[in-house]
Amino acid sequence: MTEAAAPSTPGRAIRSPALASHFHDLRQQHAAADLGLWIFLATEILFFGGLFAAYLVYAVLYPDGFLDAAAETEIVIGTINTALLLTSGLTAALAVKAAGAGMRRSVTMLIAVTIGLGLVFLGAKGYEYWLDLDHHLYPTSPEFPLAAPPAKLFWSLYWTMTGLHAIHILVGLGTWGIILFQTVRRSFSLTDNSRIRIAGLYWGFVDLMWLFIWPLLYLMGRAT
Amino acid sequence: MSDIPYRDVDVDGEKPGGRLMEESYLGERFSIWSWLTTTDHKRIGILYLISTTLFFFIGGAAATMIRLELFTPAGDLLTDDGYNKVFTLHGVVMVWFFLVPVIPSVLGNFLVPLMIGAKDLAFPRLNLLSWYLNILGGTFAVWAMLSGGVDTGWTFYTPYSTAFANTHVSLTAIGVFISGFSTIATGVNMIVTVHTMRPPGMGWFRMPLFVWAIYATSLIMLLSTPVLAMVLTLLVTERLLGLGIFDPNRGGDPILFQHLFWFYSHPAVYIMILPGMGVVTEVITCFSRRRVFGYAAMVYALLAIAVIGFFVWGHHMFTSGQSMYASLTFSFLSFIVAVPSAIKVFNWIATMYRGQITFEASMLYAMGFVGLFTMGGLTGLFLASVPVDLHLHDTYFVVAHFHYIMVGGMVSAFFAGLHFWWPKITGRLYPETAAQIAALLMFFGFNLTFFPQYILGNIGMPRRYHAYPDAFQVWHVLSSAGAVILAAAYLMPLGYLVWSLIWGKRAPSNPWRASGLEWQTGSPPPKHNFLANPKIEGSVYDYHPAQQPRREPSDD
Ligand code: HEM
Ligand SMILES: [Cu+2]
Repeated sequence: MTEAAAPSTPGRAIRSPALASHFHDLRQQHAAADLGLWIFLATEILFFGGLFAAYLVYAVLYPDGFLDAAAETEIVIGTINTALLLTSGLTAALAVKAAGAGMRRSVTMLIAVTIGLGLVFLGAKGYEYWLDLDHHLYPTSPEFPLAAPPAKLFWSLYWTMTGLHAIHILVGLGTWGIILFQTVRRSFSLTDNSRIRIAGLYWGFVDLMWLFIWPLLYLMGRAT
Repeated sequence: MSDIPYRDVDVDGEKPGGRLMEESYLGERFSIWSWLTTTDHKRIGILYLISTTLFFFIGGAAATMIRLELFTPAGDLLTDDGYNKVFTLHGVVMVWFFLVPVIPSVLGNFLVPLMIGAKDLAFPRLNLLSWYLNILGGTFAVWAMLSGGVDTGWTFYTPYSTAFANTHVSLTAIGVFISGFSTIATGVNMIVTVHTMRPPGMGWFRMPLFVWAIYATSLIMLLSTPVLAMVLTLLVTERLLGLGIFDPNRGGDPILFQHLFWFYSHPAVYIMILPGMGVVTEVITCFSRRRVFGYAAMVYALLAIAVIGFFVWGHHMFTSGQSMYASLTFSFLSFIVAVPSAIKVFNWIATMYRGQITFEASMLYAMGFVGLFTMGGLTGLFLASVPVDLHLHDTYFVVAHFHYIMVGGMVSAFFAGLHFWWPKITGRLYPETAAQIAALLMFFGFNLTFFPQYILGNIGMPRRYHAYPDAFQVWHVLSSAGAVILAAAYLMPLGYLVWSLIWGKRAPSNPWRASGLEWQTGSPPPKHNFLANPKIEGSVYDYHPAQQPRREPSDD
């Protein structure tokens, strides 16, 4: 995926500078990039799959303990965060569309909004963590409020799941930041280059993960 | 991709009939820096060759200490703690830093683009990154294990690893975690390359079986490695952050660790054998001068192993207290997964049947593979049967089982491939007789080392102990003696292969008269792999042109 253009051979159209020398044409290059990211997302699903499997096993083993523990999560913040993340998913998708149409101004705007929403999400998450710690909801805390041992399991899973998700958000924000910078600098062609579509796909995945985490950690405790 | 014109000849300033040697990927711009920043799949393959060889000798040094300690019944050379650390080092390094990357990343990197007539892998920079991640993870893990040591064994079982071990478990796990990214990067690269970069004329069922093997391996890598990453993450968060997923004091279940670990690690044992099967298929067809027997069956067998391999992990846990019904199911599925392996063994032998076999060194290694893999696979069936496993679990029988496959099988296959493609990779021929001697020595040394371990296991020697009753000594002495021969057999190639780099005869482009696109370009290949379009005609394994093929070539 280097930017260096291969020397164009006589009788062929000039190669786009976005086309790496080992590909024939942009179509092939884009197909490779898309497939690569989809496969990467499959690995992400299995990564979180291990975690969700652990959750499932324990939720089945200790249904009551899990319901009690889940009632302690900050549902308001969790739900606001869901809305924020879904909206950022919309702006990211629009950014991908706009890039396909070569609309640089809209792309810039939309990516900036996506980053903004992501940052607010992280801010809210941080505030929530602060509240959790304030309530001693950390499994090793001596004043951990819930008596039943499975509550500690639930809260271990809570910190692991949300923590790993937050790391994914950070990676996504970093990626969007770099792309925003490059878009403003006009250092790559919006239509020939697939990086915005790739970032959008990744962001969509991070959104989707949250859509599993939200019901498991926040909604479940309110089901009764 | 149907209407894409076939690749343009893209050698900057190449004069017709030009200086092949200067233009080769080895020759142009020779500086350390150009190697460390290269994105050429062939050079990255060589970087991997150097690093995996290094890890092989680190793991080998640990193995030497193990065999020395076991020479006598008393635990005299190492303390029990020291012994635990040494076999952990051996296992971790050999599994994650030698066996998993060795064929996909060395030979796969070098050969997959050549075999499908492409200029490079789909993501060259990701490829280079994967090497750095591998080095980083490996250095990290080896440093952790040498400075403080880890005594959990390569399996990191909880609750010992989380609640009791005071050693560098977390650091080692992080090292393995990092190298997992490297594995995933390689897997993504291989799959995408095979999907998107095959030239017109090379349909799925015209690919060399080595490419198929790498493809199936990559599938397993992609679907299993993330689960290892998660289980290691949970292990490390439990140790460092106090989040207790496996901690029985908080209702956690240590057996869950085993389930997640083996969900990765059983498929991972196939990561450590399928690439070897691919190599051996290429070598055996070439030196039998026969079209491969049952091409389609070979492909389906690879895919079947890749899929079914995900559903047998519980056979490592027969004694863990899992439910009897689970054990029976896993036992049954383990018998099923042996069927495709057996099909492959059958097909290799059928390929050799009535072939014009010659015994070049790589062929000797490949034939050794078939025999040793069969032994390992059959003893796997013993272990897959629940009552037998209750007797043999955690004994030397298990150790012998997996060494027959991983060392007898995979390492032989790697040597087969290394010798087979050495002229292509380096442009030099090695001394054939020396190589043949090394191959035979390896076979004998291997059997002497590991066959006694089957017997030891059966008469009750448990694994992972540094002292044992006198009655076992005779078998341990045989095994240690075999290890000396084996060590010599591993060191020999290091000698004559390096020798050949300087004094070896220059190799022609196709020294073995093999089919396959990689032989249609120079030895070593030019930077962009092909100076002229490689010809894709007939089937991949068009050997014995003088005879009439038994079946029409078109449909297989
Ligand atoms: C033919 C199919 C196979 C079957 C049915 C099979 C069966 C088994 C069983 C039942 C065990 C557990 C024994 C015990 O711990 O009591 C085992 C262990 C093992 N097998 Fe296999 N196996 C097969 C192929 C392989 C292959 C291809 C490899 C490696 C390339 C392999 C590597 C291992 C390893 C490393 C262990 C021991 C892990 C440990 O506890 O440290 N096996 N095998
Ligand atoms: Cu297994």
